Amino acid sequence: MRSTPRMSDLLRIEDLRYTWPGETTPVLDIPELTIGRGERVFMQGPSGSGKSTLLAAIAGLIRPDAGRIFFDRTDLGSLSAAARDRFRAEHLGVIFQQFNLLPWLDVRANVILPCRFSRTRAKRTGDISAAADELLDAMDLAPALRGKRADELSVGQQQRVAAARALIGKPQLVLADEPTSALDSDRRQAFIELLFSQVAAAGSALLFVSHDPELARDFDREVSLPAINRPGMAA
Amino acid sequence: MNLLGLAFRSLINRRFAVVLTVMTIALSIALLVLVEQMRSEVRDGFYRSVSGTDLIVGARTAPIQLLLYSVFGIGDATNNISWQTYRELEGTSDVAWAIPMALGDMHRGYRVMGTGDALFEHFRYGNRQALEFADGRAFDDLFEVVVGHQVARQLDYGIGEQIVLSHGTGRTALQQHEEHPFTVSGILAPTGTPVDQTLYISLPAHRAIHIGWERGTRMPGAEMDADQARARAEELHPESVTAILLGLQTRAAVFGLQRRINDYRAEALTAIMPGITLQELWRITGLAEQILRVVAGLVVLAGLLGMLTVLLTTLNERRREMAILRANGARPWQIAGLLVFEAGLIAACGIIAGVALALLVQAIAAPWLLTTFGLHIGVSWPAAGLWLVLAGILIAGLIIGLVPALMAYRRTLADGMQVKM
Repeated sequence: MRSTPRMSDLLRIEDLRYTWPGETTPVLDIPELTIGRGERVFMQGPSGSGKSTLLAAIAGLIRPDAGRIFFDRTDLGSLSAAARDRFRAEHLGVIFQQFNLLPWLDVRANVILPCRFSRTRAKRTGDISAAADELLDAMDLAPALRGKRADELSVGQQQRVAAARALIGKPQLVLADEPTSALDSDRRQAFIELLFSQVAAAGSALLFVSHDPELARDFDREVSLPAINRPGMAA
Repeated sequence: MNLLGLAFRSLINRRFAVVLTVMTIALSIALLVLVEQMRSEVRDGFYRSVSGTDLIVGARTAPIQLLLYSVFGIGDATNNISWQTYRELEGTSDVAWAIPMALGDMHRGYRVMGTGDALFEHFRYGNRQALEFADGRAFDDLFEVVVGHQVARQLDYGIGEQIVLSHGTGRTALQQHEEHPFTVSGILAPTGTPVDQTLYISLPAHRAIHIGWERGTRMPGAEMDADQARARAEELHPESVTAILLGLQTRAAVFGLQRRINDYRAEALTAIMPGITLQELWRITGLAEQILRVVAGLVVLAGLLGMLTVLLTTLNERRREMAILRANGARPWQIAGLLVFEAGLIAACGIIAGVALALLVQAIAAPWLLTTFGLHIGVSWPAAGLWLVLAGILIAGLIIGLVPALMAYRRTLADGMQVKM
């Protein structure tokens, strides 16, 4: 019986299926995927294997056609669109490949962005600007840069700001969609190390998606998306 | 900083396009406001000038023409009223006062009017105000002249100034009444009516300077010198006057008297009620006003469509921005709301700037209108009706903002987490 998720699971996906509107073949068909609390999961898959779609489903941006996504025992599929938006603002941190920041906001304002959309998250954060500075300290971003517009920063600096934003208010899960692909190879490892230390400090789980298997080595677990996703194979 | 703060920052980031859009809308609003304001201000200005006069009498002519040449100095009279008729009208029992107007001379572009003391005593303008002297007094000696406020100001005349009148109403009259110089005896206080642009002399003076001019030009030897004229001042009077302003004992008598004047046997006359004739004039100019209004309305529409164009073209480059906001917890309606708010803010700024611009243009144009037409145009606050129109435009701006907002709303739902650029 799969219907009741285990207590230790933060996220549990069952029989998830999704087809983009206008397409005939599903992009996602995942019988099972779990992520534990505080677990660091590396998900590897070539481009076009449905990584971004899976993240969108977990983030509640799209509603699956079938199956369930339990997040901390809440079934996302049963929530209204507004409730999913609230859930995302409260419980998730998101880092994109690049262009994470609003270019016309300064660095600090970018970091505290999720607190604007969720009062719960703002309350949990406490002193928001102190928390932002703490995270930026941890992410090794010089204080002189923090009042600058986001688009004045280098790509590497921007990704670290994005990581700080994803972590503000200690969300339970951080979704990272190829966050290092825009970085030089020597910067990648440093970024991942910073991310790991802060995810650990916040007690957040991390789902890190990349096509590059070399990055996988320090994660708790490695998942191959093509191995668990079998679009078109389902009966 | 809340959601509106974000909207402001985003707008500031795109300030050039935003400022240009605001300017486009501001110009269109300014045009609309100016058309409306000028229309009502010009009407008020005309009405001020005749508000105290019950009837204007002239030779048989079109009512609007009579009104324009007698009071406003626009165009010329083709015929005059005989002196006898003037005396008769003045003595009619219904008539409280009669102000004769003998036109035909100019002084450096300003009208010279031969008239009587009744002008200073009985003429009323605006809100029943009488003429007042800013300096000096009415004409007493035959060759004294009272000048309107603008005349004195523009030509820098003071009491005691010696001036020479010109014969004829052309702007560049060549023939001068130089044998009869006049002395300024009084300067009128400003009225905001054509009175400010006029010089006043007595009827005997008007007659005196025209003796020997019966054929329209000077006949050497036929003139009367100043002392002779002064000696005969009591008996001098013009053979005709151009028009007469009448005030009645009771307003109720106005229709009867008007009919009697229009039916007058001895001479073909026209009597008009200035308020009603102004209404006729506005009916004629109404079509042009309507066209101006339609044009102004279309320009406003063009301004709003310009805003829509800007919002739609920025929508694509802002797709990433919206995906970031979505990923961080913004709801689709909040993103749509940002765009509606933006449209509303641009429209509101455009309206405010447009009204300000219109008021500025009015303030700049006012002196020109005053010197050119003798019309006093106040920089007045737009009327309630105009504010309603402006509110409607703001609402139209918000509705136009819904177009990109709905597009953004649908896109944010469809884009999911992907930021495809």
